[in-house]
Amino acid sequence: MKELLIDLYNKNSELINNGSPLFVKELREKALEVFKQNGLPNTKTENWRQSDIQSRLEHEFAFNFVNQSKSLDVVDIFTCDVYDLDTFSVTMLNGWFVYQNAPITQLPDGTIIGSLSKAMEVYPEIIEKYLGKAADINKTGVTALNTAFMQDGLFVHVPDNVEVEKPIQIINIVDLKENTFLQPRHLIVVGKNSKLTVVHCDHSLVHNISFSNTVAEIFLEENSKYEHYKVQNMGKNSSLLTNLFIKQKEGSSLVTNALTLNGAFTKNYVDVGINGKNCNSELYGLYLVDSAQHVDNQVFVDHAEAESTSNQLYKGILDDESRAVFSGKVMVRKDSQKTQAYQNNKNILLTDDAKVFTQPHLEIYADDVKCSHGATVGQLDPNAMFYLHSRGLCEKTARQLLMYAFASEVVNAISIPALKESIDNMVQKRLRGELSICDQCLLHCNDRESPVFDIDLNKI
Amino acid sequence: MLKIKDLNVSINGKQILKNFNIEVNKGEVHAIMGPNGSGKSTLAAVIAGRDIFTVDSGEILYNGKDLLDMPPDLRAREGVFLGFQYPVEIPGVSMVNFMRTAINEKRKHFGLEPLTGAEFLKLMEEKKKVVDIQAKLTNRSVNEGFSGGEKKKNEIFQMAMLEPKLAILDETDSGLDIDALKVVANGVNALKKPDNATVVITHYQRLLDYIVPDFVHVLYEGRIVKSGTKELALELEEKGYEWIKNEVK
Repeated sequence: MKELLIDLYNKNSELINNGSPLFVKELREKALEVFKQNGLPNTKTENWRQSDIQSRLEHEFAFNFVNQSKSLDVVDIFTCDVYDLDTFSVTMLNGWFVYQNAPITQLPDGTIIGSLSKAMEVYPEIIEKYLGKAADINKTGVTALNTAFMQDGLFVHVPDNVEVEKPIQIINIVDLKENTFLQPRHLIVVGKNSKLTVVHCDHSLVHNISFSNTVAEIFLEENSKYEHYKVQNMGKNSSLLTNLFIKQKEGSSLVTNALTLNGAFTKNYVDVGINGKNCNSELYGLYLVDSAQHVDNQVFVDHAEAESTSNQLYKGILDDESRAVFSGKVMVRKDSQKTQAYQNNKNILLTDDAKVFTQPHLEIYADDVKCSHGATVGQLDPNAMFYLHSRGLCEKTARQLLMYAFASEVVNAISIPALKESIDNMVQKRLRGELSICDQCLLHCNDRESPVFDIDLNKI
Repeated sequence: MLKIKDLNVSINGKQILKNFNIEVNKGEVHAIMGPNGSGKSTLAAVIAGRDIFTVDSGEILYNGKDLLDMPPDLRAREGVFLGFQYPVEIPGVSMVNFMRTAINEKRKHFGLEPLTGAEFLKLMEEKKKVVDIQAKLTNRSVNEGFSGGEKKKNEIFQMAMLEPKLAILDETDSGLDIDALKVVANGVNALKKPDNATVVITHYQRLLDYIVPDFVHVLYEGRIVKSGTKELALELEEKGYEWIKNEVK
């Protein structure tokens, strides 16, 4: 696959670099060199041992180096539970930014929202300042790969002192008939004292094999506030890698929440660089998986400056022969005194065949810190079950209530009421076995193949 | 209403209840007293259907039906209620959701329509008064962050909501100060009706100053060694459990 991808770049280099400024081309080629050296991660690569992407790539894939869907009325083809939110909504179709009137919009408050590909032409000075500065191409093969092939994605620039009222919702849709390989690239800059929320939804409208390798770079300037919600409800042939790289400056606060409700193969990587004092980073994740679904959450928090706080809470419920991986690493550097860093990963296994690999990890070089980590793997609490039974709740209802309670700790961390409510509904439906991926989109309603994903309650 | 005949119960091969017998009729309040380790809590748990215990022989009849044949949730829907000695904290399950689900499952069992939100809230407000609960329960998880007293009040509140036919109260007085004890006891008394029965399990006589029993039984080493009226509780308080132990020898 490595040679094939390198070859693919060389053959299409003109298309890929068409219209891009020179620095972008140089960045791509540098990344390609790194990719040539490092290749894709395999099961011998640290943090990838349990998540084999090589086998996910043993297919023929189509690549779209040219934007074929410049303009499209998304409302006509797509609605979803989350879509009802009062958001500024943007859509990516098969890896390309979809727009109705203009590829880039500037809001009255000065916020720029639009296509990254277009922004490379229109705002080269902003792009050059940030692009590739958070997503270290030497860190993982998939980041180098994305950087070599990146063409389009969401670009948001919030100027200083602006609180963007509506969350920006980005919906990533795949609707191609062929197996598709996508590499979206997002760049988000939140200015000093500014505030932004992004809701990132992934959906597949077809059951073809798709492989998506997303990189998002997020820059939080001094005292800014940023929240990032990732909602995944993908089909059984989808592989989804999402790499979030966040750089935090002094006084900034960050919330990320990765909600994986369905998806054949999902790996969420969150990389937080805390480069200022008094930063706060809250990193959440919830995964509800069954059948042969595989979900991997990897977190790296680098406390490079003193007096900041980070907190990780990842929870999951696994049914059938599903797999979950959690590897959380916190690095507290020598001079990062008064750091507080917490990690927690809790899992409920519903069957003997479900497996979880969890590895919370602290690496501390400072001496005046408060850090803790923990992981649990277990079943539903039999005392709580009996208590509910003793009030007349039947087996099924009692289990649903407890699973929902387990999941709700992460759902309750969602600060947007409307989003919290819709996620809450989706989680309840998921636990009742009513949420199939078809629930989410109109296109799919009359589909010939309607997969049912449900956690089998009788197996606990 | 409740008839237990020659009940033998063990856990991990250790026998706890030995040829235990009791009969409780409608409208009666029974107190079961006994020293630590005599099998009081085991009795309560077995009636409610806790599966960690093994019933080796004997039967429990509830209104003529074999209780041991029913899963715990069915017993509850049929009107058996256990007030827990240690109520379980369930983070993330709100009191409102919990109670509404419990009530509607019970109504469904009897072929009744579920309560509407408004009907339910009205009922809840009414029943909160029984045990003097001021707090809003809407945003609180079941027993989470409740003080010892609040947890016990919450048990009686649930009892008020579910209107059981047979309530087994396991050491409801433990860990309560005198004010909370009065509130809890008044709650139990207020819920007493001619067609229901209550079994109060306690270590101390103190609770029985407020919940006056029709019968008092002394449980020792897994069986009832003495039965009487409320005077027996007073005698027990005066002479201590050593008296019973010596008598049994």
